[in-house]
Amino acid sequence: MKVYADNAATTKISKVALDAMMPCFQEFYGNPSSLHSVGQDAFHKVRDARNIVAECINADPNDVYFSSGGSESDNWAIKGAAYLMAKKGKKHIISSKFEHHAVLHTLNALEKDGFEITLLDVYENGLVKVEDVKNAIREDTALVTIMYANNEIGTVQPIREIGAVCREKGVLFHTDAVQAVGHIPVDVKADNIDMLSLSGHKFHGPKGVGALYCKKGIRLPNLIEGGAQERNRRAGTENVPAIVGMAAALKDACDNMEENTKKLISMREQLIDGILKVERSRINGDREHRLPGNVSVCFEGVEGESLLLYLDLMGISASSGSACTSGSLDPSHVLLSIGLPHEVAHGSLRLSLCEENTPEEMEYIIEQIPPIINRLRDMSPLWEKIVKEGNN
Amino acid sequence: MEYSEKVMEHFVNPHNVGKLDDADGIGEVGNAKCGDIMKMYLKIENEIITDVKFNTYGCASAIATSSIATDMIKGQPLSEALKLTNKAVVEALDGLPAVKIHCSVLAEQAIKAAVKDYYDKNGIEYDAEMFKFEEHHH
Ligand SMILES: Cc1ncc(COP(=O)(O)O)c(C=O)c1O
Ligand code: FES
Repeated sequence: MKVYADNAATTKISKVALDAMMPCFQEFYGNPSSLHSVGQDAFHKVRDARNIVAECINADPNDVYFSSGGSESDNWAIKGAAYLMAKKGKKHIISSKFEHHAVLHTLNALEKDGFEITLLDVYENGLVKVEDVKNAIREDTALVTIMYANNEIGTVQPIREIGAVCREKGVLFHTDAVQAVGHIPVDVKADNIDMLSLSGHKFHGPKGVGALYCKKGIRLPNLIEGGAQERNRRAGTENVPAIVGMAAALKDACDNMEENTKKLISMREQLIDGILKVERSRINGDREHRLPGNVSVCFEGVEGESLLLYLDLMGISASSGSACTSGSLDPSHVLLSIGLPHEVAHGSLRLSLCEENTPEEMEYIIEQIPPIINRLRDMSPLWEKIVKEGNN
Repeated sequence: MEYSEKVMEHFVNPHNVGKLDDADGIGEVGNAKCGDIMKMYLKIENEIITDVKFNTYGCASAIATSSIATDMIKGQPLSEALKLTNKAVVEALDGLPAVKIHCSVLAEQAIKAAVKDYYDKNGIEYDAEMFKFEEHHH
């Protein structure tokens, strides 16, 4: 059996998205900036896509800017807001310890440039506390940026409440919603969001395309300078097929969200219950405030890369935050941020589902994991120690 | 990152996995940073390694290097086993990704630690320099 359970890394493009894209390559191939009708046809495609994306997050279409993906949108929003507010003498930014590297590395760069960064704790349950945001805001705070849902452990943050605090204090609020949009309801107005990043390939759209929502009135400086595309805010000839595909995928995801969520939560719970039967295993992050398709667990005495590769041999695609898979010799900062000791974080496994997965596939995963864990533990000198200590 | 066929072969079916209850030398080394551990058991008769087993907690390349390194020293005199370098192990595996070279160092060190343990237990004199592990930086 082949089971793709790494949908948080990327998804398969949906039929709906692909069908929407195909005519854009040879029929609507014009440059949307051209005045002739071939160009105008392409322009209309992009306009329609913008309307769709805007509707899916309850935004004004004029506040939606297409980009090359989540990373660019994060860079643009954070650097833009930082330099915008620095002009007013505000050089303090609040974020959390377990943001995606697109956010954390951007903040590192800003720190070198004289900005002061506060990274909030996410506690054992992987949730930012609204109180902590409130307490961290200062006179010179330029921006709060907190992710909507974590990409590794899937915990969903109290975004609406954080947004409300920021509104009350008059501080700009950005959220990296790359893992949330298309999966859980996101409403920029109700959620008090000033800026939001999203990415096409996380909801069955194409890779290399995303969007930034930026509320009217925020004069974010440009990241990419050049032509007058995206109303002078983001230069570069539009990737029309990708933009159109992303919009179609997002509409499909939002139209079917209720049904998909039901299905996903049922599979997620089946999988978690099955996996936690393994001795000395645990779930990472809050079990309830979690993306419908995210299962993140740790197995003591097992190393994640080996587990991943043995699963791959059985046809199961998953991922791990183990030090050995990171290439950096450190386990993922996300797992460390929720207080897992290095050696536990080392045995992490993330299974991220989509609506195309089936309960039969979950059963298959649940059957395949224990023999692999046993095999790895049998050859693990660490497991030997854990068992000995446990018996004392 | 991609593993060679040889690495995958040894990872999927590692040789010499297990323990030796009557081992003459046991060596355990760890990579403090990434947290991996390798434990080597040697059976030694007349200065010859007659049997060897290992336990490893680590990535695919740690398991594969343990497997091939134990193959390479089995039946060899101690003097030869001590000459085994991580470079030779990497070559025997048809190469390792750059970020995985440190895993092969673990195998070389585990063998040396097991031989040292045998020398210590039997009061055999040796040149301590031989067992000084270099600091490996990544
Ligand atoms: C939370 C989060 N932010 C940002 C990104 C980056 O998005 P992209 O791959 O579109 O640049 C990802 C995806 O890897 C993500 O999961
Ligand atoms: S043992 Fe950790 S990277 Fe190889």
